[in-house]
Amino acid sequence: MYRIRFHGRGGQGIKTAAQALGTAFFLEGFEVQDAPRYGAERRGAPIFAYVRAARAPIQERGVIARPDAVLVADETLVPVPAAGVLQGLAERTVLVVASSETGETWRERLALPGPVLALAPDEAGGPLAGMACAGAAARLVGVIGRERLEAAVREEIGKLGAAVLERNLAAALAAYDALAPHAGLVAEGAPVAAAGYRPPEWIELPRDTAHFAAPDIDAPATSVAAKTGAWRTLRPVIDYARCNRCSWVCGTLCPDSAIAVDADRTPRIDYDHCKGCMVCLAVCPPHAIAAEPERARAEAAE
Amino acid sequence: MSRRLLTGNGAAAWGARLAEVDYVPAFPITPQTEIVETLARWCDAGEMAARLTMLESEHSMVTAAGAAAAAGARVFTATSSQGLQYAMEMIFTVAGWRVPFVMVNVSRALASPITLEPDHTDVLSARDAGFLQIHCATCQEVMDGVLIAYRVAEDARVRLPAIVNEDGFYLSFTREPVELPDPGAVRRFLPAFDPGSAAFRASHPASRAVAVLGGAPYSYFRYEAHLAARAALAVYDEAATAFAAAFGRSWPAVERYRSDDAEVVFFMIGAFATKAKDAVDRLREAGERVGLVRPRLLRPWPDAALREALAGKRAVAVIDQNLSMGMGGVLAAELASALHGHAGMPMIVPFVGALGGRDIAAEEFFEIARAARAAAAAGVAPGPRLLYTADELREVRKLQAIAHAERPGAGGTR
Repeated sequence: MYRIRFHGRGGQGIKTAAQALGTAFFLEGFEVQDAPRYGAERRGAPIFAYVRAARAPIQERGVIARPDAVLVADETLVPVPAAGVLQGLAERTVLVVASSETGETWRERLALPGPVLALAPDEAGGPLAGMACAGAAARLVGVIGRERLEAAVREEIGKLGAAVLERNLAAALAAYDALAPHAGLVAEGAPVAAAGYRPPEWIELPRDTAHFAAPDIDAPATSVAAKTGAWRTLRPVIDYARCNRCSWVCGTLCPDSAIAVDADRTPRIDYDHCKGCMVCLAVCPPHAIAAEPERARAEAAE
Repeated sequence: MSRRLLTGNGAAAWGARLAEVDYVPAFPITPQTEIVETLARWCDAGEMAARLTMLESEHSMVTAAGAAAAAGARVFTATSSQGLQYAMEMIFTVAGWRVPFVMVNVSRALASPITLEPDHTDVLSARDAGFLQIHCATCQEVMDGVLIAYRVAEDARVRLPAIVNEDGFYLSFTREPVELPDPGAVRRFLPAFDPGSAAFRASHPASRAVAVLGGAPYSYFRYEAHLAARAALAVYDEAATAFAAAFGRSWPAVERYRSDDAEVVFFMIGAFATKAKDAVDRLREAGERVGLVRPRLLRPWPDAALREALAGKRAVAVIDQNLSMGMGGVLAAELASALHGHAGMPMIVPFVGALGGRDIAAEEFFEIARAARAAAAAGVAPGPRLLYTADELREVRKLQAIAHAERPGAGGTR
């Protein structure tokens, strides 16, 4: 059975990537199981999805603990423990990172035993990163034909219109072609054998005091510590020449209380916590707030 | 007939579509929403003739479902966890109306703490309501289960609403190959609902679901519903036999997997039962005589079929993905009620696990089988064992350390 995990952020098409790969396997005659896994459904939040494919019906379920391949659409997730990118990586696991750095750099940095490949950003990047990972995975397993991959992408994306489909096809097929030298690098893994298994380290839970054992957070102001500004894809920017100092509209309607108003009625956006929902932009009476893409800003800074 | 990749939610929606339901009262809740979204899209596009209405709560949604069923409509609805709890007053009430409809519950663990991930405590809290309950392990079973549920619920010998249960995430959002039957074949298996004289008509005013005073009428009506639910055992068997004949897929009230010559069997409901099957295959490869027995039907409780499946086994390892505080797992107690007092029944070795979406590792199934065998050999039934590792507690201790940390300058602390 093939067991493949995709990691990325909400908005990068990770769920769709798993479905495209799942459908490609299915069109090749495999039994398939694919699923996304996420907590809060929001843009920028870590998400993963997985695909199982086998010649026989699949009984395994749930998160893949021992992957044959892990594909990462967003390199910033690799060091985030909660994202679980490196979970269950073994010597035979192929890791693919969408990154401008080389696979060898990642392999040394992470002290990994197995092969690591980099998917150049022109094959990945932004909302197509997931689809590039799907194309890469399809090539790496070595059992999915180019035309099957193409048909799978058409099936999953076609309903979104010709332009979106073309971009996704291009991303998937470019990654598929780029990884031609590594076709078949990912091999099917074996199930966990019952003979000589390692027993789980079960424990008895201690009975803690009611206060400690209730799902409470005593530490105050934890929302200040969480820099939710990192979730933002669009940045609201106030044109103070246009701002009429109404003193309340944007600040009151900001759902995250991320706009404070100075004593002279000037609004100030707290970019550490603004999530970029653009409610302020929508409600500003003199249209003094503009939306700037964070990606473009970051590229300009470089 | 066509075979395609569908999520459990997609399969549930296809079940409603193929059953040609008339009315869908709806309310969104994760991880169920995809079902009503799919049905709404089909109704909008004219691919389904049903009327879909968004209600303002699950409480009203279940009331509307019962009322429409009383008028003779074929009704489908769906909910999950907190939504099921919000509707609970009406869940008990509409079952007493003796009207059939099908509600898919997408199992999600209950608050508190609030979560989105699955276990079965939500659906088991509706155990005593008078709804039939069919529990599914695959997406195919979800679709087929909806069709079978209508046939059983609408049978004149039963006339009770039915819940078809699928696990959140592990089925609801998981795509698997699902065989879609030919609509004509479904129509032959499940003809249009004929409520007979039971249908309420505005032109013929009548009182339904009246109040009673005194235990005699109350006991009578409640026990009649119980007798109808018991009658559903035979009606289910008939429906499952007819379904197998029509579509070639067999869904008996109690599934047995490699259990005939087994000494130890896993006993569980829901999607993780397929993981247990996988563990059975691995244990068989290692020479162990292990199997799986899975009640698909939870209400009515197929006690006789369970005794038949379990007689002569040494131990039955019950894996409860639910928790009744102060007691333990619900299935273990239910199974004890079926086996106690009968000769030749196995020792019940109870486990509680997979709460709130927690996985059960292959090694844990192997260890459960070993522990069950050891308990039977020792002749002493242990109390419920929580599937929980030292590493998991370390993870929680870490979260608690952060949650209770004092942060100087960040405001008052306790």
